[in-house]
Amino acid sequence: MSSQPTSLHAWLTSETPASRRQARWAAFYKGWLSLKSNHMAMAGLAIILALVLIAAFAPWIAPHDPFVQDLGNRLQPLGTEGHLLGTDSLGRDILSRLIHGARITLYIVALVALIAPVAGLLVGTISGYAGGVTDMVLMRITDIFLAFPRLVLALAFVAALGAGIENAVLAISLTAWPPYARMARAETLTIRSSDYISAIRLQGAGPLRIIIKHIWPLCISSLIVRVTLDMAGIILAAAGLGFLGLGAQPPSPEWGAMISEGRRFILDYWWVATMPGLAIFAVSLAFNLLGDGLRDVLDPKDSTS
Amino acid sequence: MTAALEINDLSVYFGDHHDLFQAVKSASFTVEKGASFGLVGESGSGKSTILKALTGLAPQWEGHMSVAGRELDRKRDRTFYKTVQMVFQDPYASLHPRQSVDQVLTETLQLHGFSDINSRIERLLQDVGLGPAFRFRYPHQLSGGQRQRVAIARALASEPQILLLDEPTSALDVSVQAEILNLLSDLRAEHGLTYVMVSHDLAVVAHMCDQAAVMRNGEIVEIISIEDMRAGRTKHGYTSQLLQASVNRVA
Repeated sequence: MSSQPTSLHAWLTSETPASRRQARWAAFYKGWLSLKSNHMAMAGLAIILALVLIAAFAPWIAPHDPFVQDLGNRLQPLGTEGHLLGTDSLGRDILSRLIHGARITLYIVALVALIAPVAGLLVGTISGYAGGVTDMVLMRITDIFLAFPRLVLALAFVAALGAGIENAVLAISLTAWPPYARMARAETLTIRSSDYISAIRLQGAGPLRIIIKHIWPLCISSLIVRVTLDMAGIILAAAGLGFLGLGAQPPSPEWGAMISEGRRFILDYWWVATMPGLAIFAVSLAFNLLGDGLRDVLDPKDSTS
Repeated sequence: MTAALEINDLSVYFGDHHDLFQAVKSASFTVEKGASFGLVGESGSGKSTILKALTGLAPQWEGHMSVAGRELDRKRDRTFYKTVQMVFQDPYASLHPRQSVDQVLTETLQLHGFSDINSRIERLLQDVGLGPAFRFRYPHQLSGGQRQRVAIARALASEPQILLLDEPTSALDVSVQAEILNLLSDLRAEHGLTYVMVSHDLAVVAHMCDQAAVMRNGEIVEIISIEDMRAGRTKHGYTSQLLQASVNRVA
């Protein structure tokens, strides 16, 4: 029983891996060990994991239905019997709404995290590797998107496409990809002239294979770090759109929309707006901490030698 | 018999038409099959550039180059890469930092259309003097000499006839240099390879090659056999200067 973990540890930290699988797992394990020694990053990871679990089991965890109104029981303070975090202006349980709101937050974050960095990576690496006219055209398009203030461009998109959570995601993604493209292009420029790219070209590899198999793996780690650091901004942008009434629509328990609703009573019933604010703050902070820790683990500049 | 490599009146340029730089000025030389040919000269004399033009990494060239009797176009095809391979100068830069030895060799073999990849990897590693224990290591787990051996294995994977060596030992320390040079000599004898070796070190070229071209400022000033070089029978003043400098350094 006790020998199992130590032999697994030895297998994972072996200097002479005997198979492809072992070499790959060993690389993961090394990264995990170094992430584990960073307590702040682990705290961030714990909060995010908790968020994921809460979102997954929201209907079973939430003490009340997030949509059921009880006008006789409105604006109850914290710690009221049956309503730990009080109730909002329509008598809905704030805790239950926060728990269900975690789903929406994760949904937004996951979608943006899937769309924006992938688009940025594609544009950036193609632009950096191809050079010439392709580079010029793609980078000028990127410049145009970069020139707009983020929230204003998102507002314009949502106004054009109509309010709603999908459109909010789309709008945020459209404004979020240019920095990734810039970063991926800069990295590609340094990578493409290196000897290992020349070496694979001399084996007859085409540009597509070089970009996907040789350039992407080197760009992705810094991209992941950047994404986790941007997560906080994405959550805030989504909340901002919700606050302005252009994101999730009532009665959806989106955190930004909840703040917006609570704003009217903020002087007399401060918790209605404060609780979702604290939730946004906690999750943003968690992503920042995790991103910082991941940077130490993944940044190729530190871990190559 | 056709020569393995024939270069005629080759000029290579860098930069665009506003500030065009001619790195190689009408170089010509011939390498017989199975021979080992050296390109020597100080840094910036254009010796590596000839290899780059040959492999297609420096696309702006004019003149004639032919490999095994076949005239080279602007575009290199698979057959070319199966015939000609290159070992780079710096083994710390020529291996992908995120790919294990196994991944590097597997991909190379796949690109050349081999199917018995496992046995070929084992044989390649054995050829370059690395045990099977090195197969799944990443570059950062290898020393400079071991990395260069992996790079040589990669170059040998397609079973080429001509190996271009771009200062293959200049980034390594002296004891490892000798090991790699001996390995290269052994491999040449074993596989009947033709070498074109770029070096600034006359001692290395004298050890490895039968003939050498001395370059300065992009021009080949003299093509000299190694016997003549050893005996000091130089035709051009610059060659004697180079010889003098390396003798002084050793003494």
